[in-house]
Amino acid sequence: MSYRIGIDVGGTHTDAVIMDNNRQLVSKIKVPTTEDIGSGIKRAIAGLLTQSELDPREIQFAMLGTTHCTNAIVERRNLAKIGVVRIGAPASLAIPPFLNWPKELLDKVFVGSHIISGGHEFDGRRIAPLDEAALREMAAEWKGKVAAVAITSIFSPVDSGDEQRAQEIFREILGDDIHYSLSSEIGSIGLIERENATILNAALVHVARLMVRGFEESLAENGIRGARIFLGQNDGTLMTSDYALRFPVLTIASGPTNSIRGAAYLTDAKGALVLDVGGTTTDIGVLVQGFPRESSLVAQIGGVRTNFRMPDLLSFGLGGGTRIRGEGDTLTVGPDSVGYLLPEKGLVFGGTDLTATDIAVAKGLTELGDRGKLGSLSPQLVESAYATMIDLVEEAIDKMKTTSDDIPAIVVGGGSIILPDQLTGVSEVIRPLHFEVANAIGVTIAEVSGQVEKIYSLEEWGRDQALEEAKRLAAGEAEAAGASADSVEIVDIEEVPLAYLPGNAVRIRVKAVGQLTI
Amino acid sequence: MRKIESHHLEDIALGAAVLGTGGGGDPYVGQLMAMAAIEKYGPVNLISPEELDDEAWVVSVGMMGAPTVVVEKIPGGQEPLQAFEALKAHTGKEISAIFPIEIGGINSLIPVILAATTGLPLVDIDGMGRAFPELQMVTFHLVDIPSGPVAMADEKGNSVIVNGVDSVWSERIGRQALTTMGGSVTTCDYLMQGFQLKEAGIHHTFSLAQRIGETVRSLKHRNQSPVEALVEEVAGTLLFTGKVNNLLRRNSGGFTKGEVSLSGLGQDQGRTFTLYFQNEFLVAEADGEVVATTPDLLTVVDVETGVPVTTESLRYGNRLAVIAIPCNEKWRTVKGIETAGPRYFGYNVDYIPLGEESKERRVLQ
Repeated sequence: MSYRIGIDVGGTHTDAVIMDNNRQLVSKIKVPTTEDIGSGIKRAIAGLLTQSELDPREIQFAMLGTTHCTNAIVERRNLAKIGVVRIGAPASLAIPPFLNWPKELLDKVFVGSHIISGGHEFDGRRIAPLDEAALREMAAEWKGKVAAVAITSIFSPVDSGDEQRAQEIFREILGDDIHYSLSSEIGSIGLIERENATILNAALVHVARLMVRGFEESLAENGIRGARIFLGQNDGTLMTSDYALRFPVLTIASGPTNSIRGAAYLTDAKGALVLDVGGTTTDIGVLVQGFPRESSLVAQIGGVRTNFRMPDLLSFGLGGGTRIRGEGDTLTVGPDSVGYLLPEKGLVFGGTDLTATDIAVAKGLTELGDRGKLGSLSPQLVESAYATMIDLVEEAIDKMKTTSDDIPAIVVGGGSIILPDQLTGVSEVIRPLHFEVANAIGVTIAEVSGQVEKIYSLEEWGRDQALEEAKRLAAGEAEAAGASADSVEIVDIEEVPLAYLPGNAVRIRVKAVGQLTI
Repeated sequence: MRKIESHHLEDIALGAAVLGTGGGGDPYVGQLMAMAAIEKYGPVNLISPEELDDEAWVVSVGMMGAPTVVVEKIPGGQEPLQAFEALKAHTGKEISAIFPIEIGGINSLIPVILAATTGLPLVDIDGMGRAFPELQMVTFHLVDIPSGPVAMADEKGNSVIVNGVDSVWSERIGRQALTTMGGSVTTCDYLMQGFQLKEAGIHHTFSLAQRIGETVRSLKHRNQSPVEALVEEVAGTLLFTGKVNNLLRRNSGGFTKGEVSLSGLGQDQGRTFTLYFQNEFLVAEADGEVVATTPDLLTVVDVETGVPVTTESLRYGNRLAVIAIPCNEKWRTVKGIETAGPRYFGYNVDYIPLGEESKERRVLQ
């Protein structure tokens, strides 16, 4: 028998499971997330191996899903100093990079940004020659100051030549130790959103290294050496660790997607709300036909607009570690949290901060820590804090529902112990077995994918040939990400003709998924 | 007169997307460009129709091209001024105010850029009250005010003056130049005098867009469904609530045509609904019967957030509310229906104004 290990690092807890090749749960564990990430993962793996008594050599795959990139952006932590170049002047000067970004995020990452001439038209003609001298000049200006460079060229999904040439020039001057993010490898048509995602990707280079290297070391130290390593990405599929080092931004929102997929797997439910309650936030998603409902809206990450296709999620600041302050009219619930320090800071654990978990214990919803430590809390405070918490949850449930009928809610995540068994608007609160490790299960059962999006001129290609080429490229991407060639399937084809243009230009997007190569 | 400042732009863009009826281009790009222009040149003066001098020369400015190109090849920012200067030089007229040609979509915000750049006031009047795909589909055309001369400018610094014999010719010639210029240009056209604009245009639509945006945004923040309030704000009718279960698109003569089918949710459970579109949503059919057509407005919004959904961003599974809004009376004339009614777009059905009972069951052939 061979096994796979799946780990989900949340803001508060690191959850991990071992499943066998028939996708049956063998072992599960939950440990506090540590500041260095790695030691928490290490403890989780060690615990799993002890519990299951498995030989580490039998672990064939190791999957990691983590919200660390999201947290880094939202909390503006560990972000790299970056240089930003956009290639396409004189076009696009009307909207400089970083316009409409939250100022405190900009301040954390900004070293410099320039728009230089170059780039392409929709049909591949040049807008202007690439200004190589300007690239050399800014590289010299940024030397020693930047850890990464984000490169975006107009219509690079049609022709990425200028982005690649810019990278070569930067490499000559800045060297190989600097990370380069190319927009053509990250996003699709829509300059501002693609550029934003590229900038975020570049800013995440340190976080990516912490995330991947920490995971590799943790596995190795526990004797797991031969396993292939994968990371969960936002569409619920997996990518290899090499990919993740280059494209950390794709791990954003993988946690919620994984918990929805995990909840579906654990309950066999086809349609339900999924409430994933962590230490800091609750995410509500909608399960439709076993998959997360996708949002039709633009994805905002930490106040920045991107063009990722995200699960339709509503996040709000309530989790097990949410801090509660004041009383009466001054009572506030969150949005800040003691996070992974809950086991030290929560009242029931002997700390001095009143948290949502303490209120749940006081209400008798769960037994945790030492109840006796709550003696000084007034019953009114407990009641009003609890009422405020439930209001937050029920309001959010109401927003995510599309009919007035009550529908089932699957509650997962370690923080879900703060929720009661009855909620307004919900027909039934389902707490599946292994609810507390649903994310880890979701990432463990995931497939690998590849996606391609390009503009084709149908006059030049012909429709069938254009589609074939796009499918071939997508399947190739899936295989490059670790899928076995014979299992690759095309799961999504989207053709959007470009309005107002003759020549039958059409944007084709194809997504392929496949099983991991064994 | 009142000031349009940077913090108003988000609401205007949101309202413009509602009035864009699924087309008109992504107003977000316009919002950011207008934001950058106001940051650089200061706020813009919006004047109401009665504040406009009858003798004053006024001109419209907007973008022409594929929405997909506009969101990728963002303009340079100088195109509105360049087209404006080209038209001024060509005609020798002293121009004293600017108006939006099309309140639906991105073109609601391009005039804000030119107004900020030149310091000229913006007039609270447009030529559609919605979005339409062709240059002659404006109420000015209905009273024979020509679009030409049309000045076109691209980001590279090229400009072209098109002197078509009428608006249809200007449109045809302009499309050819557009492709050569890279699929997206800024145009300055419909030069006319104040009295003409007041007579032929649709009043207070800029303010309407702003109000719609405020309504949707404020309700979103209070966690209420904005659909009902939106219907009330625009004096419209909620035609259908449903989920996308089929989507067809094809490319024809440079335009995206297609249809989207919805299966009913809530009160509409068990019913089916189809919307036909060509960039904009044009014909609505409930259980096989035509219930609303262009030139009345068909706007489609996300059920939960009230945020408008464009024909390009439609996806399987979207949960949508379809709202019909009566068009301006000017479109309900014989020439108005000829210019922008369902038959012009190739749908074999008569226009019946929203709210009027049809004598017989209307079906598409």
